[in-house]
Amino acid sequence: MAARSAEILETAAQLRGEIGDDLHDRLTEAIYADAEEVAGHAVSRSGQPRRVHLDQLLDRVLTSRVWGFPAMILMMMVVFWLTIAGANVPSAMLAGFLQGTVYEALHAVARAAGAPWWLGGFLIDGVYLATAWVISVMLPPMAIFFPLFTLLENFGYLPRVAFNLDRLFKRAGAHGKQSLTMMMGYGCNAAGVVSTRIIDSPRERLIAIITNNFSICNGRWPTLILIGTIFIGATAPPALASFIAASSVVAVAVLGVIFTLLVSAFLSRTWLKGEASSFSLELPPYRPPQIWQTLYTSVIDRTLIVLKRAVIMAAPAGAVVWLISNIHLGGSSIAEQAVHLLQPLGVLLGLNGVILLAYIVAIPANEIVIPTILMLTLNVAKSGLASTGVMLELEDTAQVHHVLTGMGGWTLLTGMNLMLFSLLHNPCSTTILTIWQETRSLKWTTIATLLPVALGVVVCFLTATVARLLGII
Amino acid sequence: MTLSQLEVGQIAKVIKVRSENAERRRMLDIGILPGTVIETVMRSPLGDPVAYRVRDAVVALRREQAELIEVQSVAQETQMEMKR
Amino acid sequence: MSAQVETVDAKPCSACSSCNTSQLTRLGIKAGGWDYVVALMGNPNTGKSTIFNSLTGLRQHVGNWPGKTVTRAEGAFSYNNNKYKLVDLPGTYSLLSTSVDEEIARDFVLFGQPDVTIVVADAARLERNLGLAMQVLEITDRVVVALNLIDEARGNGVTVDERALTRDLGVPVVPMAARRGEGVAELLSAVDNVAQGAYPTRPRRMKYRDAQLEAAIVTLAAQLESAFAGLPNARWVALRLLEGDESIVRAVHEGTLGEIRQPNTFVNLTKLEAR
Repeated sequence: MAARSAEILETAAQLRGEIGDDLHDRLTEAIYADAEEVAGHAVSRSGQPRRVHLDQLLDRVLTSRVWGFPAMILMMMVVFWLTIAGANVPSAMLAGFLQGTVYEALHAVARAAGAPWWLGGFLIDGVYLATAWVISVMLPPMAIFFPLFTLLENFGYLPRVAFNLDRLFKRAGAHGKQSLTMMMGYGCNAAGVVSTRIIDSPRERLIAIITNNFSICNGRWPTLILIGTIFIGATAPPALASFIAASSVVAVAVLGVIFTLLVSAFLSRTWLKGEASSFSLELPPYRPPQIWQTLYTSVIDRTLIVLKRAVIMAAPAGAVVWLISNIHLGGSSIAEQAVHLLQPLGVLLGLNGVILLAYIVAIPANEIVIPTILMLTLNVAKSGLASTGVMLELEDTAQVHHVLTGMGGWTLLTGMNLMLFSLLHNPCSTTILTIWQETRSLKWTTIATLLPVALGVVVCFLTATVARLLGII
Repeated sequence: MTLSQLEVGQIAKVIKVRSENAERRRMLDIGILPGTVIETVMRSPLGDPVAYRVRDAVVALRREQAELIEVQSVAQETQMEMKR
Repeated sequence: MSAQVETVDAKPCSACSSCNTSQLTRLGIKAGGWDYVVALMGNPNTGKSTIFNSLTGLRQHVGNWPGKTVTRAEGAFSYNNNKYKLVDLPGTYSLLSTSVDEEIARDFVLFGQPDVTIVVADAARLERNLGLAMQVLEITDRVVVALNLIDEARGNGVTVDERALTRDLGVPVVPMAARRGEGVAELLSAVDNVAQGAYPTRPRRMKYRDAQLEAAIVTLAAQLESAFAGLPNARWVALRLLEGDESIVRAVHEGTLGEIRQPNTFVNLTKLEAR
């Protein structure tokens, strides 16, 4: 048997040599010749292909020199607006329910059961509250964004976007489909990382994975919107305030795209140098998307993913937040001591100790950054507005402004740098885990985690230093 | 001439595929072989890539790839015939 | 789903009780054992997922192919008192190249030996889609071609004579517009027939007009058939050997090629998972 196997392999090698390099060519030609013959017997064409005209008309607009980009930007704005506006009410309702009703109920049960304050605090104020926060903030936007994205994909528009943007990505040494994975990242970076599977070449996939963090995921939008409104919008006359605030958020998003391209260019010229892979993009005909099916799969998928993530990642984060705030060593809580320790570095970066601590504990979930910041600021200032270690939200943005500037000592620089740091910091733990699962490489997961935060530190340091030198702050 | 020189709306026949290795396989997979009819459908707003119709499907190729495909333009009347 | 099928123009077969989609029960992945395994493949953008969803009803198990970051979806359904496991293979243009997607697809059909392989083709782009179908026909006899998107083809003024196709390919060709529910009943019936051996397929085997290539394949195939008696697709294996396909070279070397005979899916599938 073994002898025959060896003989076969030898014959194969010999024949292969005889046929030469164009084996694949000849094979493919033979297959197509056959296919043409069979198709020729079966296919008949008649009449005017009216659908082709409609397709061409749409393409003429959506990929034209004049209308292509505006159409894309418009589409993006519509998607973002629908997500933000559509998520407002459900998020508020969920928050009212989970962080209000259920929260109170849990405390009532704890009191009735005679549970010690620290157990109630740890489990309810720490673990439960963080989980509830992530769910109420993240679930509604994701349940809107991803169906919209999938609808666009099924409709056939997304390949056109890759078609329009490819040149930029080519110049950056990346694959045109990275534009799609980048967009997916605006919903959730972990999903964006998984979506890089559409890129075949491992080198280009890695570039797409590492830069995906510069897409601002749903969890970071509330932070940007809030800070943009309070600090940036507030500097403008009231009539223009919301417009300026919105523009600042858009500016940060655009900066994210710029960073994506710059870092891709950097990576493809240094650590991930290599040949551009074979690019080809099929542009399927526009097809009416199956709305109900998409909604159903997307919503169910997304809901389950967010819930799972909230429980696995946010819960421990909540526990940590509560613990560091309530465990006292030598007169003050760990949190207070950490804030003081981090303050010098914070100031150097135009931020402060509270912000840095909040980001460290919020590695699992971006959604709890602002609540943690508020809580820590109030705790450190010994304000009665917040109980120790309990994350909170303040209804009134004016009140938030007062707390941050009055008690926290925030300035315009702090606000601006927070927005920048929000863009340029390490991926959330779910994303880090996903990167590991997709790459199976400790080295690249580490780079993907540290590169953005290193950039964040550098950029914040530069803006802070420049602002101080110019005497603006 | 090469495919990259084919104007929008024009039809040509592939004469030779100069691409190599993985690139070549890709072209063959899509159906770009000597003798295949190919039409330029549209250009991207930034000029590159360009979409071509091959065997009833529309595929976008970058300039570097199109430059490796030798084609021969098809006569005017034949083009009209093909479009109908 | 059945409601949609009933509004389609009455065809003789929809009156027949064994061809009724209401017999289709979607089992998700809770099906214990299964009777038959069906593989689903096709070019990208052919509406393959729509067909997958029609059959499994969105209750799918989505994971990865072992050891690879390629999505794998599987589900199950029962039809005509038989339980079917449906495995969605990655969409590919052909089975000849070295990309991971193609490797997974062809290895599954060759080594996993599904009872039926459905090849989804876009009716408006038949010439390009047929290549894949023809390659699959080299690997297995038990194929059903799902000619999807015929509504789109109609809109483009393209008509496909499925009888001519069936005649030429030697396997059932089912015209479908899966997103409208058209053709699902017929697809199920065809799959069931082929699985049970009730439809004797006579698949078209490619004869390479290129004399040197044809001769090489004939030689190798003969050697393979004598070394591994009962090998049903010696020509395909010969072709892969000529191209230097690592899985096949390994299978020849280790002698595991001898295990490919008639579909014995349970055994083959577990072996495939263990690879």
